[in-house]
Amino acid sequence: MERFHGLTIKEAQVKLEKKEISSVELVQSCLKRIKEADGKVHACLSVLEERALIEAREADIQRLKGGQNKLSGIPMIVKDNIMTAGIRTTAASKILENYIAPYDATIVEKLKAEGAIIIAKANLDEFAHGASTENSAFGPTRNPWDLERVPGGSSGGSAAAIAADMAVFSLGTDTGGSIRCPASFCGVVGLKPTYGRCSRFGLISMTSSTDVPGPITKNVEDAAIILGITAGLDRRDATTVPFKVPNYETAIKKGIAGARIGIPSEYFGEGIDIQVRESVENAIATFKKLGAEIIEVSLPHTKYGIPVYYIITPSEISSNLARFDGIKYGYSETSEKSREEHSLIEIYQKSRGIGFGPEAKRRIMLGTYALSAGYFDAYYLQAQKVRTIIKRELDDVLERADFLLTPTSPHPAFKIGEKASDPLKMYLEDIFVTGASLAGLPAISIPCGFTRNLPVGLQLIGRRFGEETILRAAYNYEQATGWHKMKPPI
Amino acid sequence: MKLTRREIEHIAKLARLELTEEELAKYGEQLSNVLGYIDMLSEADTERVEPTAQVTGLENVFREDNADPWDKGEIEAALGESPATEGRFIKVRKVLD
Repeated sequence: MERFHGLTIKEAQVKLEKKEISSVELVQSCLKRIKEADGKVHACLSVLEERALIEAREADIQRLKGGQNKLSGIPMIVKDNIMTAGIRTTAASKILENYIAPYDATIVEKLKAEGAIIIAKANLDEFAHGASTENSAFGPTRNPWDLERVPGGSSGGSAAAIAADMAVFSLGTDTGGSIRCPASFCGVVGLKPTYGRCSRFGLISMTSSTDVPGPITKNVEDAAIILGITAGLDRRDATTVPFKVPNYETAIKKGIAGARIGIPSEYFGEGIDIQVRESVENAIATFKKLGAEIIEVSLPHTKYGIPVYYIITPSEISSNLARFDGIKYGYSETSEKSREEHSLIEIYQKSRGIGFGPEAKRRIMLGTYALSAGYFDAYYLQAQKVRTIIKRELDDVLERADFLLTPTSPHPAFKIGEKASDPLKMYLEDIFVTGASLAGLPAISIPCGFTRNLPVGLQLIGRRFGEETILRAAYNYEQATGWHKMKPPI
Repeated sequence: MKLTRREIEHIAKLARLELTEEELAKYGEQLSNVLGYIDMLSEADTERVEPTAQVTGLENVFREDNADPWDKGEIEAALGESPATEGRFIKVRKVLD
């Protein structure tokens, strides 16, 4: 059987259109790939073989009748903290182990309306809390490039699945790097749109002020296609903007001669892997050849990104995760006996104590502390003030530069277990990705080389609602280099 | 910044988390470490800086105060997730004695 599962969206569209393949063949090829590789990788928490094949058959029938949409019959994998109607949606937590989502997230609804087929739900760090996917209550995902290593997180399952060609594209969520970090570790393309560009309705909320859903794809053009479909105003999410959604697919094909690229010196300092730095410097040279102008910029408050993020995020988590109370849905300590014996507050405490994993508990406690009487000013308020400075600094620099170029991560994928026992070490993983999240800016990670046979990621950060520019730059770079074509040996 | 055992217990109580002895000791130490790192925020000069409230620039987003109707299947699916229901209601233990 041909490797249909290796197809990009664009390639699949063409082959389906010309009737060179059917949707059933494409879906079967991906399902077969999942069976063959996922025993080792563990990217998927649920595989929806039966319903995916039914939908594929329907898509093929529709196509014969001449009715087709942009993504008709194309299989996708959805991160398991995104609601999918009638499908188990766990957020990789014991507390939602048996939860069936009663409705679709807006982005899922939009992609389904264009004909996309959900073939699996992807593993993640529980409630998206982490940078390695080791915090999943259902076991870690492994990096297809080296099974001893993490795929990054928290959208580790979504990224590993695309690196291993288990679907044509996947969806992730990015709160403080959760799309870009795993895209970088797995050698695929990950786009975090501007905050407000894509609806958050139907995402299991983590940090409402920075959560953004976005695509993980095999190339930049595919990311442009998915953004074009998922972007736009949604009356069910009041933070979405009423701006016109550009035609990204056309926009990316223009050149980048004359573009001004800002290189922030703080992202190239101590602690960065030598080969990561080399790969990124080579990328800068490529951009120069493409006619871009390089300018040195400085973001002196970069070092405060992590402390700010790890106050604001746990604070919002402690509030958002309060909804898991053992009453409305999710795990509940309410056996017949306990219902009589325990008070309401004991049901809360026991359900949450048993249902949440260690990292969720740590973050709930950190946030509860930061928001508690006597500490609010010193922690939460101070963090929101420093956030203003970080945002202003980025906005100022982006007046002079069209976009910023940095490594996505200071090093390639690390070993499973290497940082698991020290939460602070894991938090420091987010060093280069929190800035864009705190400021609500769009950012993309694309493959830019290898170090010790592991992929290196390049991050481009754009102006607010300027996805077009970073997608165009990423597309031009990709066409000039071709790193995205490398496949893991699995 | 070292959190005392009493402080950790108090936070867990506020957060409605029942923790084991082992968890109390472990999280206490880990949270103290994280807070120690976060303390570097106090050195940043934030005089005359407004805290961030939002990043999109949108102001006063209004909509009609109408409820969207759910179909019967969705309502049943949503209620069906609760461990204890009676008719169209979710059962809760009494709040006041």
